[in-house]
Amino acid sequence: MADLTSQLVDQVRSALDAGQKLRIEGGATKSFMGRTTEAEQETISLKQHSGIVSYQPIELVMTARAGTPLVELKAALEEQNQMLAFEPPVFSEASTLGGTLATNQSGPGRPWWGSVRDHVLGVRLINGKGEHLRFGGQVMKNVAGYDVSRLQAGAFGGLGVISEISLKVLPKPAVQRTLVTECTQSEALVLMNKRSGEPKPITAATWYKGRLYTRLAGAASAVEAAAKAWGGDELDDAQNFWLSLADQQHEFFTTDAPLWRMSVNSKSPAFNLAEPTLIDWGGAQRWYAGEHDWQQMVSIAKHAGGQVSLYRGGDRSAEVLHPQAEAIQKLQQRLKASFDPAGIFNPGRAYSWL
Amino acid sequence: MQTSTVSSAERSSQRQSLAARFAEFIDPHYVIADQETLKPYECDGLSAYCEEALIVVLPETVEQAQQVLQICHAEGVPVVARGAGTGLCAGAMPHSEGVVLSMAKFNKILEIDTQSRAARVQPGVRNLAISEAAAPVGLYYGPDPSSQIACSIGGNVAENSGGVHCLKYGLTVHNLLSVQFLTMDGELLTIGSEGLDSCGMDLMALFTGSEGLLGVVTEVRVKLLPRPERAQVVVAGFDSVTKAGDAVGEIIAQGIIPGGLEMMDGFAIQAAEAFAKAGYPLDAQALLLCEVDGTNEEVDEHIATVEALFHKLGATSVRTSQSEEERARLWAGRKSAFPAVGRISPDYYCMDGTIPRGQLSHVLLEMQKMSDHYGLRVANVFHAGDGNLHPLILFDANVPGELERTEEFGGKILELCVEVGGCITGEHGVGYEKLRQMPAQFSDAEIIQFHELKRAFDRKELLNPGKGIPTLRSCQEYRSLDMNITPNATVESQQGSQGVAHG
Repeated sequence: MADLTSQLVDQVRSALDAGQKLRIEGGATKSFMGRTTEAEQETISLKQHSGIVSYQPIELVMTARAGTPLVELKAALEEQNQMLAFEPPVFSEASTLGGTLATNQSGPGRPWWGSVRDHVLGVRLINGKGEHLRFGGQVMKNVAGYDVSRLQAGAFGGLGVISEISLKVLPKPAVQRTLVTECTQSEALVLMNKRSGEPKPITAATWYKGRLYTRLAGAASAVEAAAKAWGGDELDDAQNFWLSLADQQHEFFTTDAPLWRMSVNSKSPAFNLAEPTLIDWGGAQRWYAGEHDWQQMVSIAKHAGGQVSLYRGGDRSAEVLHPQAEAIQKLQQRLKASFDPAGIFNPGRAYSWL
Repeated sequence: MQTSTVSSAERSSQRQSLAARFAEFIDPHYVIADQETLKPYECDGLSAYCEEALIVVLPETVEQAQQVLQICHAEGVPVVARGAGTGLCAGAMPHSEGVVLSMAKFNKILEIDTQSRAARVQPGVRNLAISEAAAPVGLYYGPDPSSQIACSIGGNVAENSGGVHCLKYGLTVHNLLSVQFLTMDGELLTIGSEGLDSCGMDLMALFTGSEGLLGVVTEVRVKLLPRPERAQVVVAGFDSVTKAGDAVGEIIAQGIIPGGLEMMDGFAIQAAEAFAKAGYPLDAQALLLCEVDGTNEEVDEHIATVEALFHKLGATSVRTSQSEEERARLWAGRKSAFPAVGRISPDYYCMDGTIPRGQLSHVLLEMQKMSDHYGLRVANVFHAGDGNLHPLILFDANVPGELERTEEFGGKILELCVEVGGCITGEHGVGYEKLRQMPAQFSDAEIIQFHELKRAFDRKELLNPGKGIPTLRSCQEYRSLDMNITPNATVESQQGSQGVAHG
């Protein structure tokens, strides 16, 4: 663990002077995401820019350098019986916090516990002029200045090099239980939405191959009462099930076929798409594996009030993220230019036009 | 405020010609150009800062609002969007040469989506009206600023409003799905979706809390939550703020995230009790209100834990609400703390900094010293769960020089918040009021970055100009004048000296 800020700033400034494009990389476990580009790029690595800068369990705040491995954060939190409530996918021990924010990755608890951006309190960022800037802070509430910290979520590094992140962390729930109900996808979608509307300690709802998995978490008595009210079989080894889902090690994700992710209105009826399918986030996130037509997928997502991305595999030189309206596209281009006037950071990684 | 550069004859003629143009497509009753009717629009909830607008216009359709913006954009006329005008940072104070675009007529709830738990509303809908409309299906809207009976959702989006329940349920930014807005040049854009997240950079987060500088909200889709089966509040008195502060930390350490966790100091307790007769212990130096909500079983379990904890930590009194009526009464004291303080002093000035909770004792002590120095009393109300401090400085505007002293005192409190690792505003916004403290929190390079970001949305910088972000020149002036801290310098030293060590 080391603070490499000054080297990182130097590398950005040299790249700027030389007209060199930069590819931002942490543990390189998310290289499969986003687009491939032909532009010649030099790698700027955050891998060694690592370490927890401060962690105050009572304040529920942790600050870490962007290259800090998620496993290190999770281990430190575990000691204090706390957690990253957005359940980031840990693809391997190399997966970093910075990459998690840049690609906006959150796990099964997202609808109830929030996403990575929901937990971000502040960032430090090296912009395209080689300035090391600080936005947000280390406190729960802070509305001074524009929210540049959360803007980074999903930006694929296009606005700058995230060097440090402050996060809200949460106590682990006292008790967790998982109920399994056999049902069809359509039945599951109805049940997920119904349960999400009840004041019960639900923290995940996932359907795969004819089984609905409902996770309850909180005070022991509340979990007990909800489990009794809803019924279903107790899942043994539930912890591994949710971890494998969060980390995308679950059997659904072992496919070599192109992987599609839909973020849609949770109540949308089942899509008429070939299996395999995995429904998560209580119906609001839907995964499909297989060869599908881009335009058709875009149209289905749009119809369901949401967006699609070609998460993994397929033609990655074409667009892989849901198309944006022309005016939004132009706005994003101007925003990028305001942070990165020379366009040196991850050009074309999120969108061909960005 | 802004110094006028036009003569009154010119101003009058510009006013008349612009009003005539607006009246071509907006009901002339809703194009306000006479001084008497302009009066109520001179300020928002922070009446210390007033300005007369050139014109106030209340469009009834998105197309009308769009046309107003197009005309102003073409003519180079500044525009200040306004919701219910309950803001507390002079963010909706008019520009003397500009148009106030009131969104008050956009007051319809367009859809309550019971199944996927969302509401689609127009920006002028009141915060509380959403929860009321969703109540029959057992749902409600989470963020509950103290002004929720009057404040509008469009204003909530602009300010990223909080409330007493945000430690558990989040701020406005955590409770939105999509926003439709008009840019200064009149383009209608939608960000977000009916899903939980969208592809690409998070424009929703950027837009939320942008204080009307990036766009004018025309429609919002918010998340709704199932109403908890039960909520109960425990009220505990302590003989020192330090003990009360420690109790807050202990609750969190127990793994309990209360629905609300509020603190009041001795002065605030007495003012609130005299006003609301909530039954608060008058001998206490600090009061904690800890609300626990959830299922019946969960509330039973957590209430027992919280009560035991307060007793163990030396609370001088502990009382738990036994009915909804009692819960409402116990909260009434806290919720009326501002008007209560208003009753014991001719004027009061509400500050809004956030600090790491561990710094509470230190900050209160320093504030007491400043209070003695300035000869001004201060009462403290504190969203203890999330570190958001609301010191209320008591003053009398009729005493010459007292307002100025109050402003200086307030500014020093905010700089102190930054010094201990916090920020100058937790939920009220910067607006016009806190421009002076921005350079305590941000460096010149950061301020420049903010201005560049703003121009990506509003090239001519006509939307709510002179708010939110100070000019670079004024930053340098403020720093050289009276500031003795470097932005964020202390955060570095804090990080070195505090927290759990990791080798």
